[in-house]
Parts: sequence; C-alpha cells; structure tokens
Amino acid sequence: MTNTSLVTAQNTPRRAPWGRWGIQSAAWTYVTLMLLIPLMVIFQDGLRDGLGTLWQSVTSPIAWSALRLTLWTSALMAVVNAIMGTLTAYVLVRYNFPGKGLLNAIVDLPLAIPTLVTGVMLVVLYGPQSFIGAWLKDQMNWKIIFAPPGIVLALLFVNFPFVVRAVQPVLQSLDLESEEAAATLGAGSATIFWRVTLPALWLPIASGALLSFARAIGEFGAIVIVAGNIPLRSQTAAVYVFGEVESANRQGASAMSIVMLSLAFTLVLFVDWLRKRGRKDNEE
Amino acid sequence: MTTIAQPTAEVNATTPRPENISRSMSTWRRRLLIGIVVAYAALLILAPLTALVSGAFAKGIGASFTALRDPAIFSAFLLTLYIAFITVAVHALFGTALAWVLVRYRFRGHWLLNGVIDLPFAVSPVVVGYMLLLLFGRTGVLAPVLEVLNIKIAFAVPGMILATLFVTLPFMAREVMPVLEAFGVEQEQAAATLGASGWQTFWMVTFPALRWGFIYGVILTFARALGEFGAVLVIGGGVQGRTETVTLFIYRALDERQYVGAYSAALVLGLLSLVLVIGTEFLRKREK
Repeated sequence: MTNTSLVTAQNTPRRAPWGRWGIQSAAWTYVTLMLLIPLMVIFQDGLRDGLGTLWQSVTSPIAWSALRLTLWTSALMAVVNAIMGTLTAYVLVRYNFPGKGLLNAIVDLPLAIPTLVTGVMLVVLYGPQSFIGAWLKDQMNWKIIFAPPGIVLALLFVNFPFVVRAVQPVLQSLDLESEEAAATLGAGSATIFWRVTLPALWLPIASGALLSFARAIGEFGAIVIVAGNIPLRSQTAAVYVFGEVESANRQGASAMSIVMLSLAFTLVLFVDWLRKRGRKDNEE
Repeated sequence: MTTIAQPTAEVNATTPRPENISRSMSTWRRRLLIGIVVAYAALLILAPLTALVSGAFAKGIGASFTALRDPAIFSAFLLTLYIAFITVAVHALFGTALAWVLVRYRFRGHWLLNGVIDLPFAVSPVVVGYMLLLLFGRTGVLAPVLEVLNIKIAFAVPGMILATLFVTLPFMAREVMPVLEAFGVEQEQAAATLGASGWQTFWMVTFPALRWGFIYGVILTFARALGEFGAVLVIGGGVQGRTETVTLFIYRALDERQYVGAYSAALVLGLLSLVLVIGTEFLRKREK
C-alpha cells in the first residue's frame, strides 16, 4: 500500500524536488536534535572509562539491588498484566453487559492520568495514614507503600492499557469460524480457548506484555511517590539514577542509564520484530 | 485493510455462541469472567481514583479551595500551561512534517527514522532529564558555547521545554501517520490535476482529512506535557516560583506534608488530563 503511494507521489510532477528535500531534512534535523544527540551524549559519558568501570558501577551493592528490584517487579507486573489484560480484552470483545462502555473507557484512564498523580492516589489509598493501609499493617503486618507491593501496584496501574489494547483488535478480527469448527468437532470450551483462540493471540499478548515491561523499567513518577527512596529496600533503577544525579555522581548515573536504555531499546526492537513477523504470517 | 473487516467482526462477536456448548456452563463462566475483570479494574484503577477525591476533600471542600489559592500553585499552573503550549506548537508543526515524510517518501534510513521516533516511549523520564543535563549543565558538553552566548538552559524553563519535547515526540507523528496513510493520494492528485498548488492541496484537501488525527495528536501531546514529572524535575530542579510546574509542586507539597494542597492540585491536574483525553475520544466517536 505504501509502496504504491510512493510511486504515485514521485510521479506527481507539481511538487518541486527542493520542497521534498526541505521537508525531509527538516524531519531529520528535528529527530537528530531532539533524540539522537542527547542519546549519544549519555553513551559517550558512560563509556568514557570503558566497559569495566561501567560494570563496576552497576554491580555496586546499592545499584545492583536497585536493578534487581526493578527487573523483578517489572517482570511480575508483565505477567499479571498479560493474564488480566487478555481476560479484559476477551470480556470486552466477546460479551455484552451493562457498563461495558464504562469498562472500555476505564482501560484508557491510565494513559490520561499523569504518573505522579497515580503515585499520589496509591499513597492516599494504601499509605500509613489511610484506613486500608493501617488495617493491612496492623492485621496482616503487610506494607504496601514504601515497599515492593506498592511498586507492582503502581506499575500495573500505569501499564494496564498495553496488553488490552494490543489483544483487543486481534481478537475482534479473529473470525469465530475456527472456534465453531472446533466446537462442532466436539471440543469443550476450555479446549477451544487453549488450543484455538489463545494460539492466535500469543503474539499481541507477548508484544503488549514486553512493551509494558520496557516502560516499567524506566517508570519514575508513580514509583518515587509510592516506594520512596530507600536504598537496598525500595529504590528502583530510575530512582537510583535520580539520586546519583542529585548527588552529582556522574559515573553511577550514566552507567545505570546506559543499562536501562539498552534493556528498553532491545525490548522495543524485539517487539517491533515480533509484530513485523506477525504481519508477514497474516499475509501469507 | 483490517479496518474494513472490523465492523463485520463486531457483529459476529455479539452473535450467540454455538448451541452445543452447554448453556448454563457458558452463562456461569461468562458471569465469572466479567466479575473478575470488573473487580480487577475497580480495585486497580477506580479505588485509587476515589481515594484521591476523598483525600483532597478530607478537610472539607473549603479547605481544598483555600489550599488551591496558594500563589505557588497558581504560578506552577501558569508555567505548566506555558511549557505545554510551546510543546504543542513545536510538535504540531514538526510532528506533522515527520508523519508526512514517513508516510509519503521512501528513502535510505526510512526504517531508522521510523524506529527512532518510538524511542521516547522507552526512555525513562529521569534519564531524559539527565541527558539534557549532560548536554546543557554546568559541566555539560555545550556549557562553553552557552556561556559565550549567555543562554541558560539547565535549571531554567528552556531546558524544561526541551525535556517535555523529548518525552512527547512520538504522539503527533503516531496519530497523524495512520490517518495520512488511509487517506492515500488520489484526492491530492485530483486537486493537482485541477491546477491546485502544493500548499492549496495541503490546506484544502489533505489537512481537512487529517483533522481528527491532528487534533487527537495535539490533545495527547498537551495532556502528556501537563503531566510530565521526572524529566522536568531533573533538568529544572524545581525551584519554587521559577522552575516549579504543577507536578513539581505536588512533589514538594507531599515532602512538606501539605497534604490537602498536594491532593487538591493532583486532583485538578488529573481531572484536566482526563477531561482532555476522554473528551476528545468522545468527540471522535461522535464524528464517526
């Protein structure tokens, strides 16, 4: 489709080539100034003393614990988000019930609400001054705020739309024919879901979950409020970078930034590749 | 292509399930699944939202209004709006141009340009602020140049605008691109054949067709700019009265235990973003 529009656009005689070059170089300049130069500076700064120094800064006890906390909370969020997001998409596409429109709107709420406000909300609800927070602490000795559960909750809130919105359109365009065929052949509904519906959905589920994981690695606003800034206990990678910047420790900040950037970029590129593969499979 | 198939798929989705699936089993499972999903969304999203509303009004509506009359909040809102408007203006122009280039032209490095504009989604806001600090800070790469020109970017508003621009870069292009792609070039060619100039074609044929993608991109950019926190905190420093946006005010107020002020400002900011995004979604649906 894009290929034909390319040919026709080129065949249009009225557009002088300088206009085309002008707009193209404007786009490149914009992206280079806004994105590429800042990114290059950080890699240059962090790798100045070689990979060994970078490795040393990242594996120092405080940095390493921040990185581990970030990775396991993000991974846990991605798994829960994959399951609940798929379920939400399934319910939204396959069932009609009162309040469906409202549920559909709620899915988008986290995209509209600033993540700092999300953090404030969670502190109001589960913080030590709140009714629920105090009850959980007294009765179950369970801390949510300034502890990992709060981080996972914040990440789940912020990333709720990603799996739902990835799965929904695919589920919608999936025809019921193969499911009906399976039912005619005597398959139970559980079998149909596991053997027919789910295999068709694994790609959007995986790409939605991985994308939310990539975003979770860098989440700051919600987490700094919910988790506080307690080294070795509730300090995530992004909060660690913030602390290092504040105390003017460039080596630590740059090293952790590079690790976070590399992880996130690899994930985003991988998701991109998955999606392209999925599109190719569909066309065949 | 898939967009054409969607309406029929939606009709299919509401048709009853195959008869040989036991009906009572199916209703039972249906209720269970809907129950789980509704409970999850309510607990995860709605409960915190309700808590914030009640937290903001905990000392009475009067107290929240008094707290909101704090001059620090007023100047914070002014600065936030100022940064958001500039961000929107820049992206409306360059973001649309970027979308145009990516949809209409094929050139070497197309894949790179297309891939790179999604990067801000994956970069931590703190890292964004830090990158700008490395460029424009006191010991930054460009510090000598800035000193000669006597321009202050770090710990000043220009740096905060740059940070917000970075964070919001994908929205405009990603909203406009699919609309531009779906619109195609036939009508533009028709206009050109009838003797319209390039600008005339753009303003009278292409732009009206892009309208909703453009508006939605602007609103999303604006809403995202209003809520930016990490990046502006690092590059701006959050100096009260000078580089304090609303999010930075909320952060400071929480730190100083002015809870009513913090919660009220958070509520206003959250509602503002909500109304913007949901309102546009509503308008777009009505347009269809």
